[in-house]
Parts: sequence; structure tokens; C-alpha cells
Amino acid sequence: RTRKYATTTGQNISKVLIANRGEIACRVIRTAKKMGVQSVAVYSEADRNSMHVDMADEAYLIGPAPSQQSYLSMEKIIQVAKISAAQAIHPGYGFLSENMEFAELCKQEGIIFVGPPSSAIRDMGIKSTSKSIMAAAGVPVVEGYHGEDQSDQCLKEHARTIGYPVMIKAVRGGGGKGMRIIRSEKEFQEQLESARREAKKSFNDDAMLIEKFVDTPRHVEVQVFGDHHGNAVYLFERDCSVQRRHQKIIEEAPGPGIKPEVRKKLGEAAVRAAKAVNYVGAGTVEFIMDSKHNFYFMEMNTRLQVEHPVTEMITGTDLVEWQLRIAAGEKIPLSQEEITLRGHAFEARIYAEDPNNNFMPGAGPLVHLSTPRADLTTRIETGVRQGDDVSVHYDPMIAKLVVWAADRQAALTKLRYSLRQYSIVGLHTNIDFLVSLSGHPEFEAGNVHTDFIPQHRKELLPDRKSTAKEFLCQAALGLILKEKAVSDVFKIQTQDQYSPFASSSGRRLNICYSRNMTLRDGKNNVAIAVTYNRDGSYSMQIEDKTFHVLGDLCNEGDCTYLKSSVNGVASKTKLIILENTIYLFSMDGSIQIGIPVPRYLSSASSGETQGGAVAPMTGTIEKVFVKAGDRVKAGDSLMVMIAMKMEHTIKAPKDGTIKKVFYGEGSQANRHAHLVEFEEEDSDKREAD
Amino acid sequence: ALRPCARAAAPALRSYHGDSVASLGTPPDSSSAIYQENYEQMKALVNQLHERAQNIRLGGDEKARARHISRGKLLPRERVDNLIDPGSPFLELSQFAGYQLYGDEEVPAGGVITGIGRVSGIECMIVANDATVKGGSYYPVTVKKHLRAQEIAMQNRLPCIYLVSCVLGFQIAVVMGSCTAGGAYVPAMADENIIVRKQGTIFLGGPPLVKAATGEEVSAEDLGGADLHCRKSGVSDYYALDDNHALHLARKIVRSLNYQKKMDVTTEPSEDPLFPADELYGIVGANLKRNFDVREVIARIVDGSRFNEFKALYGDTLVTGFARIFGYPIGIIGNNGVLFSESAKKGAHFIQLCCQRNIPLLFLQNITGFMVGRDYEAEGIAKDGAKMVTAVACANVPKITVIIGGSYGAGNYGMCGRAYSPRFLYLWPNARISVMGGEQAANVLATVAKDQRAREGKQFSSADEAALKEPIIKRFEEEGNPYYSSARLWDDGIIDPVDTRLVLGLSLSAALNAPIQKTNFGILRM
Repeated sequence: RTRKYATTTGQNISKVLIANRGEIACRVIRTAKKMGVQSVAVYSEADRNSMHVDMADEAYLIGPAPSQQSYLSMEKIIQVAKISAAQAIHPGYGFLSENMEFAELCKQEGIIFVGPPSSAIRDMGIKSTSKSIMAAAGVPVVEGYHGEDQSDQCLKEHARTIGYPVMIKAVRGGGGKGMRIIRSEKEFQEQLESARREAKKSFNDDAMLIEKFVDTPRHVEVQVFGDHHGNAVYLFERDCSVQRRHQKIIEEAPGPGIKPEVRKKLGEAAVRAAKAVNYVGAGTVEFIMDSKHNFYFMEMNTRLQVEHPVTEMITGTDLVEWQLRIAAGEKIPLSQEEITLRGHAFEARIYAEDPNNNFMPGAGPLVHLSTPRADLTTRIETGVRQGDDVSVHYDPMIAKLVVWAADRQAALTKLRYSLRQYSIVGLHTNIDFLVSLSGHPEFEAGNVHTDFIPQHRKELLPDRKSTAKEFLCQAALGLILKEKAVSDVFKIQTQDQYSPFASSSGRRLNICYSRNMTLRDGKNNVAIAVTYNRDGSYSMQIEDKTFHVLGDLCNEGDCTYLKSSVNGVASKTKLIILENTIYLFSMDGSIQIGIPVPRYLSSASSGETQGGAVAPMTGTIEKVFVKAGDRVKAGDSLMVMIAMKMEHTIKAPKDGTIKKVFYGEGSQANRHAHLVEFEEEDSDKREAD
Repeated sequence: ALRPCARAAAPALRSYHGDSVASLGTPPDSSSAIYQENYEQMKALVNQLHERAQNIRLGGDEKARARHISRGKLLPRERVDNLIDPGSPFLELSQFAGYQLYGDEEVPAGGVITGIGRVSGIECMIVANDATVKGGSYYPVTVKKHLRAQEIAMQNRLPCIYLVSCVLGFQIAVVMGSCTAGGAYVPAMADENIIVRKQGTIFLGGPPLVKAATGEEVSAEDLGGADLHCRKSGVSDYYALDDNHALHLARKIVRSLNYQKKMDVTTEPSEDPLFPADELYGIVGANLKRNFDVREVIARIVDGSRFNEFKALYGDTLVTGFARIFGYPIGIIGNNGVLFSESAKKGAHFIQLCCQRNIPLLFLQNITGFMVGRDYEAEGIAKDGAKMVTAVACANVPKITVIIGGSYGAGNYGMCGRAYSPRFLYLWPNARISVMGGEQAANVLATVAKDQRAREGKQFSSADEAALKEPIIKRFEEEGNPYYSSARLWDDGIIDPVDTRLVLGLSLSAALNAPIQKTNFGILRM
């Protein structure tokens, strides 16, 4: 199937430029390849070795890392499209995907913009305009009053028309200031005055607007498609309620608990919305839905969305293919009747972020990356491979894990199982969080809404408990077996490979070898006394408990698994030992156990920089508070670093005298770089063992 | 002569059906009363061995150990453990040195731990003083043990690492305690040395001596600590923060020795014997009067229980043949009874074969001696015995001896006893070494006494005889005991029969570090 996709007007697409990066660029390239359409990638200097560059048939450098100078540079992208003779530009999502000027520029340059006409982008880009268009088209919108008349009476009347509960908000408001939720008319006057007072104080303006208040709303959106022939269809809804930092994290299709009648109403409303703006291509109409399944238009996203795969999974479609066909002037491939809903799909977004630190985004190398096996019902949408970096310059999403099953429960079970097989080492990820989120009983029951994470924070982000001793035994065993593997590799390289000295049996004459290991569980050191038994097993004593431990390492694909038995309980765990951390990935989640670094390795032999005063991530040094010779106390601020648009204050790990400051203001420091050096103190007590 | 293949690459295994060597040994009748009695008796001896070793392992008394640890120091065995490659075996030597040697004074392991272990992949002799034993002072046996370790290191060309608390090829010293006077020369004469700060000191005269001699008052640290020796005097080369750091540095030094083990033998993949090793308990037992077939022992030691027996039908009280242990070739000579002229000649022939082919020799001693009696003397057994003794004495291939039963009289010579410088000599806990058996000795002396009394015309009652024999038997029993021998460094250690294969593998591995010298046999009297 390598035919060209001709439009009725004779346009065709045999080559498409993807003005994006990461997983969506890879996603579009995959469909292009399937269709026999050549793909052109563009990339910034930071993405020189990226997966999307490798996958594309051609790739062009378009500038330095900052997106303003690369992926957002319309001229450069248009120029590449011309040089490479691409007939079309697929903008992906983000970047230029909803940029009206760019859509217009493409049109002027005679290049097909794979997306809606610029007018639709414009109409939908302005909230008030979009709402009035929708209201006119008979799409339910969140009712509200935005008028000039600020009299108490007028406001009260509008509130009554809209229906309680309502929200009054300062027109200039922000941060919840000057905002009140009013549940009945009785409260109205009092709340209004209070809100006005606060608004006056905060913004020196007490103008108010009124909106319908939707309590613990759900976020439900409908995938629509329009074509150049005036057709529009819907491909059912997705539920994207569960969010953190106002960003989606887990999505599903169809929406849980939505009855077919509501589904049909949602779909038809979305199609009306699309038709109202002569929509062409892929779009999403977003609604908020209350607990009684009343829904109200919020906005329309005029692009393919991140979570489009869940829709593909339940409808058996390839929406990128649809986009390209429609852009080439074809009709929508299926009629509304032909679009059927089958099964249930979930998408979990895997991010480089730290859920325990307010989901702070991270960056850094994907030192280890292994994924569940992709198949017809499991998709791994990603733009990175093991060894790649998650760049500070772009979105920290690592991958989307998409699963499908015949019903919601089955899909959820599969999602959790697959998430546990997703192992990443090198940076913090939200995988464990996603596991506990998808396993939460309320989530399982489909009781999702936008406040889900704050409401269940305690259960979703439990305090770190000390690791079960059984896992510590596994970690210790993993470390011992890894040592053994290292010895075995060495042994094969020698001409004396069968010498019993080359074994790792720990054998001693007439006595047993007992070894004191120390592992680090969170902030605590745990002592493990390991005795090497004659039969190759180990007795491990932690505090007053002794475990009988044995096992082996086995390799499957790129991964090493630890097959172990601890007091007779057998398990198979993915094992990664990197630098000074042991990572165990099992069906119970992931466990990180530290290996304390002997002090001589962190100081005397490697330049006296003692733990702590290191860059938490790659970033720019904004301020330096200390200079050589300064005395500091533990906790004193040493530097401020800007990374991922956030400030990090680097504090002194201990009392001491600064010997050297390695970075000046404005310089770039890599993750884990030592920032300052302390004078060696006589009082330094050994902490190594 | 055929030149042995030097340092052959790992051979591609060929297993032609017609080439396979018949395996040796038979499953024992484990339900038999004798087997069970043997098993229990030997097991009891092994348990005793383990218990005694366990006490020795602790080192000095609890107080001394606690004080040592509280100063942030590692115990000597932990130092050895952390020095050698993680999880690798350690061939401890002379574990029972000083055992019950100084009356009530216990000197566990003779106050010094010695043995062979791999450090950064290189087999090294490690000598670690134990400061928890009598404050680290030297006993005569300490010196003897130290010297034996050096002798083994020299014979087998092993680098030496001295973990000194109080030093032939490569020598590395790690100063973890004080090295005073003569002790100061240990690190000073080593190729490279490491000193632990605030822990190690090196000086010819300590602070009290300095004060007495010159009146100068100075702390030990200022007089000979790490800072002084690494920064000023240059006596030490590496500055360690603590014990672990010092051991880490020692491992790095070994790495930079540029030492390569070049073996003069071929190797093959190692294979476990076909029979469980603990069957040795039931086969051999503790009753030295009970016979067993040494082939059953060999079958539980060698690779795949495969033994290529030489001259199986001739001189059958001596079993000779070729096998492999952990892939290393080995010529085995084992006793199956008293030595006759034929057995001795066969032994001499076999030793010559092994020397010509650079094959190490293993002697499995269980020998009451050479046959005595008129016919045998007339046959010239002294001459034939001399052939074997000469061959053993001259053989320059690595020789390892394990006394698995009795070792009496000239048999001990013929079977490579201590005087014939085997690289390693081990005992099983059931072993007995003496010129002759205690009872035989008592009988000999009783006969002599009886004859004397008879000449004097006096009576020699059976009560007299018993009174004479009892202390002799008792003394033979005591001094022929393996612990008596081991305490005095007459051997390199008592081993559990089950560990024999491993100990032999480790010993062979260590022995093959030294190039095998050509053998010049003396005159074999014909």
C-alpha cells in the first residue's frame, strides 16, 4: 500500500515533514512509513542523536536547543519543507500545532498543514469567542455572566438564572483571591461582599464575574474529525480527569460509567461544535462533566492530542493516517455508523518527575530502560531509548503506555501489570505513583474527577516505609551475584579459568565465611551479616532475624533478573545495579537500596569533595553565596541553581570551610557535579565500612 | 622426549566415544554397619575439627576484640576477607599453629593468619598479624608460621602482602598498627607500603625508648605516623584513611604488579566427581586398622571420577595414575597397603613420567611402611625403596601430600612426607604420624625390655609389660595426633576430607604460579 493520497483537487502527499520531536514525531513517522509516505524530521542541537532523527527518512538540523530557536521557528521549518520537497507538515501536538499564523503561513507557501484551517484555530483559541459560537450551535456551555453591570441585583439575578451552586470570581483575579463558591441564594449577598473586599484589596478592582460551579468535575473529551467535504464524525469520549499540576497523567476511553445515551449526546454535541467552525482534521472537544453526567463545553483543541491512542485502541483506527488522508483531501475513512466502540483502553503517561517532591519535573540520562513487550493490545509510545537523555529543554514525558482489553477491569489489570514491567533507572519517574494510582480502589471503581490526586494524596503518596527485610536480602543477594558475574567474566579472560580461586564460593577451611554488608535503606544503614554456606546458599542475618537465601541471575533480552528464594519464597525480580544503588523491580513495585560509598572513594582519592554539595540536576548556576575560605554551617545556602524552570538552593551538607568553588554564576553544571569542595577536617569520622 | 604443551589455550573439548576414560569408584554400601560406624567416627572428628577451628577463628579474647573494633579497626580475618576478591575462596594455612603449644596460653592461629587468596585476580600469599592475640606479640610459632608462609610464597612465586600490626618476589606491606624496631624494616623493605593514618606507626625506637635515649618527648603519631612517613620521611608510599582504604589501595597495587600467571600445564574444564564427597567419611573412617581401597578416595576427589591408572596389575599395593583436579593435570600416588619392591619400583617409574611431563604429583598417604622380613630384605627392598625415595626427593614438579590415614616409618619418606618438601602437606583429622604405630612401638620396647630382663635373669610380668606399654602408647597417641603435628607447623593444616578436592585445587592453582623446573634424578640404584 504505497499509493499516494490524492486530494480531489489533485494534491497529494508523498512526503511529510514532522515539525515536532519525541514520541509524537516517532508516532507520525511510523504511520507515514506504513503508508509509504516519506518522512522528514527536524531537530535541534539537543536532539542530534534522538530516536525521531534515526527513524525518519531525512532529518534536518534547525537550530539550538531552546525551542524558540528551533521547533518554534516557523521560517526554518518552512525552509526545510521546501528544501526537502515535503508537500505537508504535520505539527504533532504542542509547539506549532495550534499556531494560527503557522497554519496560515503554510497555506501561503503552498504546503499542506496537517490540521484545521487557521480560522478554526483562531475561533477556538479565544475562549469567549469559542463559547459563544458553541452556545449558538446548541452545544451546552458553562453558563456565566461577564457583563458590565456590577449591581448587586444584576449579579444576583444572573446567579439565579445560572442556577446554584455558582462561582463568583474577580475579573482580575488569580490564585483563588476574590473567589467564592455560593451554594444558595441565602449566602449570596454576604459572599459577594466578602469577595469584593478581597478583590479590592488584592487587585484594586472589585469587578466580578459569575460562572456555574461544577463540584469535583470530570474532564471528558470527545475525539472528532472533520474533512474538506463538510463531514464530521466523533470517535467517542476519553476521560482525562485525573491530573496533577493541571496536567493529565492517566487517560481512558471510553469514559467510565457513561451510559450510551450520554455518550451519544456527547458525541453529537462535539460534532455540532466541529461543524460550527467548519472543522477539518483531528480535533478534541473538551467538556466538564458533573456528578449527574451533565456536561458543558470548555474548549476545543485543534490538534491531535497526546492521549489519542486510547481512542485508536477502542475504535481500531489509526488517527494519524486519517489526518494525512483528510489533509490530502480525502473523505473521512469511516462513516459515523461504521465507527464502533470495542473494549476499553488506558494510557499512562510516564514522566521524568518526582511525585514525592510535588511532581517536580526532572531531566537526565535514561541509564537503564526496559519496557513491557509491545503487542496488539500493548503500545509503548516513546521517543527515547536506553542511554538517551531526557532534556531540560523540553517536556519531561518519557513514554506513554497504552493498553487495551475487553473491559475496563481487564484493561486496568493489564495496565498495572505492564507498568510494573516498565523499569527506568537514572532519574526519578512517576511509574510507582502510576501503579498506586491505577490500583486505588476509587480509581478502580471509576470514581474519577479532577481533584482525585489531592483527595487521595495520602494513599497515593505514602511516606517511605522501611524496606521489608526480605527485599534487603534480595538486594544483598543481587549484589553478591553481580560480584560473582564480574569474577566469572574476568575468569574467562584468563588462561586459568577453572581454578577454584576464580570461584565466588567464599569457601574457607573448616570455618564459614561471614561477611558484614551494609546497605542503605532510605536514610538508614542496615547491617546484614551474610554467611556463605557450603551448598551455595546464604544465611543472612538482619537484626535478630535470619533468612535462608539462594538464587541466580538470568538474562532475558537486555535485562538481568534475580531469581531468588528467601526462606523458601521464590521470586523473579528485575535487577539493576548502577553506581551505588541496587534497583529491584518486582510486581510489588520498585525498590532502591543504596550501597554506602566508602569515604575513601568519595574523598581522599577523588578530590576531597564530600557528599551533598552536588547539583541535583543539570542546570544553570544563578547565584553563588560562598567563596574559598568561608566558614559555613550545615544547611547554609551555598548556591542557587535554575533547572527545569525551578530554583534549587544548594545547601552545605556539613559544617566546614570552603576550599574551592567549582562553578561561577551563569555557568552550567551537570547533574551530580560537585559544586564546592570542603577543606578536609580532622574531626571527620570514618563513616565507611 | 615429548615436550609438554606449554600454556595451551583452553582446549576445545573433544569427546569421542572411544576416547572416554572409564570412571573410577563404586557406590558404597551405605547401610552396612562398618560404613555407618566409619561415617559416625569420621564425622565426629570433623565436627571436632570445625569446633576447634571456630574458636581459633575468633582470635583474641572478647575484650581485646572489642577494643580493636572500637578503634575503628577491622579484625584480621575481616581484613583478609576485604583484601581478597569479593566472595573468593581463601586457602588458610597452618590454622592450628600454636594449638595447645604453650600450656594454658592460647595463641589462636599462632597470632598470625596466613594463606593464599586472589587479590585483583592474582594469587597472593597474605600474612595478617592479629593484634587481638596477646597484644600482637610474637611467639616462636608466630615466626615459624610467618617463615613457612614466606617459604610457600617463594616456592610457588606468589606475591606477598603483609598486613602488619606490629615482611622474595613482590612484597607489599600494609601498616595498620605499630611497626617498631625490627618490625619497622617490614614495611621499609617491602616494594611498596601503605600506612593507615592515626593507626599505623613505623619507627626504630618508640616514644619511651626515644625519651630514655635522648630525653626527647614525642607522640607515636609524630614520631612515625602516616603523616610523617607519607609527607616527610618518604618511608611510606600510600596514605590510607582507614583499614578499608588501605586494603583498597593494596588491591590497586596488586593490579599494577603486571603479574601474569603462566602455567606450564594444560587445563580442561573442571568437572565434579561422580560421588558425594562425604562418602569418604564412611569409606575411610577413623579406625586406621580398617582397610579401604584408595581408588574410592581418588574417585571422590578427581574430575569426573576419571582416573587413568598406570600399571594397575603390577605392584598393586601402590595405586598410580593420571587424573585432573579442577582441570589441572595431576599424577596420583596412593597407598593400598604396605610397600613391596614392585610397588616402590612402580612408584619411581610413575614419578619419572610425571616429572618428564610437568605433571604435578599428589601423594595420598596411608602407609604403615615398607615390607619387612627376610625374603624382602633378600629381594633388596632397601634398594627398591631407595629408588622411590630418590625419585620423590628429586622430583621438581609441584608435590602435594595429603595424609589420609596412618603415616609410619620410611613409608612417610616414600610418600613425600614433610622432609621431602612437598609444596603443601595436609592431614585428615583421622591421620596419625609416627615412626611406627604406638602399639608396635610399645611392643618393640616391651620385647627389648623383656630380653634385657631375661639376660639379667629377672621376671617380666604381664603387669610389668602393661605398665611399660601404657605411657608409650599414650605418648604416641598424643604426639601422633594431627593437632600435635599441626600446632608445630609440621604440616600446612588439618582439612575436612570433604574439602580435599577444593584444597587440592587451590593448592595446585597456587603451585602453578611458579614455572616447573626440570628434574635431575639422582642415581636410581638398579
